[in-house]
Amino acid sequence: MSEHTASNPKKDAISYAVTLTVLLVLTFITVGASYLDFGSGNVVIALVIATIKASLVGLIFMHLLHEKPIDGLVLVAGFLLLSLFLGFCFIDIDSRGDLQPANVKAPVLVPAKPAAPAAKHQ
Amino acid sequence: MSTAVVHDHESGHESHLQHHFADSEQQAETSKLGMWLFLATEILLFGGLFVGFGISQIKYPEAFLAAHEHLQKPLGFLNTVVLLISSWTMVMGVWSARNNKQKALQMFLLLTIACALIFLGVKYFEYSHKFEDGLLPGRFYTHSPMSDHQFVFFSFYFMMTGLHGFHILGGIGVLTWIYLRARRGEFSSAYYTPVDLVGLYWHLVDMIWIYLFPLLYLIK
Repeated sequence: MSEHTASNPKKDAISYAVTLTVLLVLTFITVGASYLDFGSGNVVIALVIATIKASLVGLIFMHLLHEKPIDGLVLVAGFLLLSLFLGFCFIDIDSRGDLQPANVKAPVLVPAKPAAPAAKHQ
Repeated sequence: MSTAVVHDHESGHESHLQHHFADSEQQAETSKLGMWLFLATEILLFGGLFVGFGISQIKYPEAFLAAHEHLQKPLGFLNTVVLLISSWTMVMGVWSARNNKQKALQMFLLLTIACALIFLGVKYFEYSHKFEDGLLPGRFYTHSPMSDHQFVFFSFYFMMTGLHGFHILGGIGVLTWIYLRARRGEFSSAYYTPVDLVGLYWHLVDMIWIYLFPLLYLIK
């Protein structure tokens, strides 16, 4: 609370209005960019814009700019853990063969067993 | 901060200060840190779905591209705008409380609730449209053969927007509670922590939608 009693209410209100305007403009840009073809760059652009928007919400609307750093640290730690989760999962699927969900009844490649003469046993 | 101001405020509002805190400021900071920890767990809760979505999209890029054509971009865009505006009305609510503007606080809380209801209304139209077309999650999907894997997209679509929708519902609940307390004049510049914390929650719900919208609606 203390930080805010020192800040200027009028200036705060203006900064919130400006932030909203920027967020809306960025939303238009995201939609516009989705109609252009940047190949695999599209998802990167979408995520970068989304991260800029999320940062604006965090810094201005959630007052992280004026709060004690520990609050922001908790948020960043959350995202950091998520990126670990995401990163290792992507490394994993990138470095192994084909995966199928367990419930999909599609042909699964099984290494061919040597044709055993005792085919009767189950 | 000037101690004189704090003293002046506290003399009329001592009831909110719990005995195990040194002062109002320490109490507010502690509450906020607790809220941030909760928000971090929310990020991880949604994070699991985001990771699953990413992996499945890498796995079935064509299916995801084809499936996302069934989503109505304009409605997703409208909901994004509605949520962003609701974030602004929320932060203005906190601003009103901080600056002792009782009437403005109540108005901004009502506007935020109204935005949340509009969001859910639009979602209702989107969902019912998909139900009619058989665009349902998992084995309930009937729109095209299961072998094209579009059902995977809709499993994620309904889980992610559904979980987010429940967060909006919860938000409406706590916003209504805060509104009723605001009507009783419980908040002022000396004590508005509940408004502040509900605001943080509401902004996080907005933040999650900021990622959901491009990932679900704007696949290329």
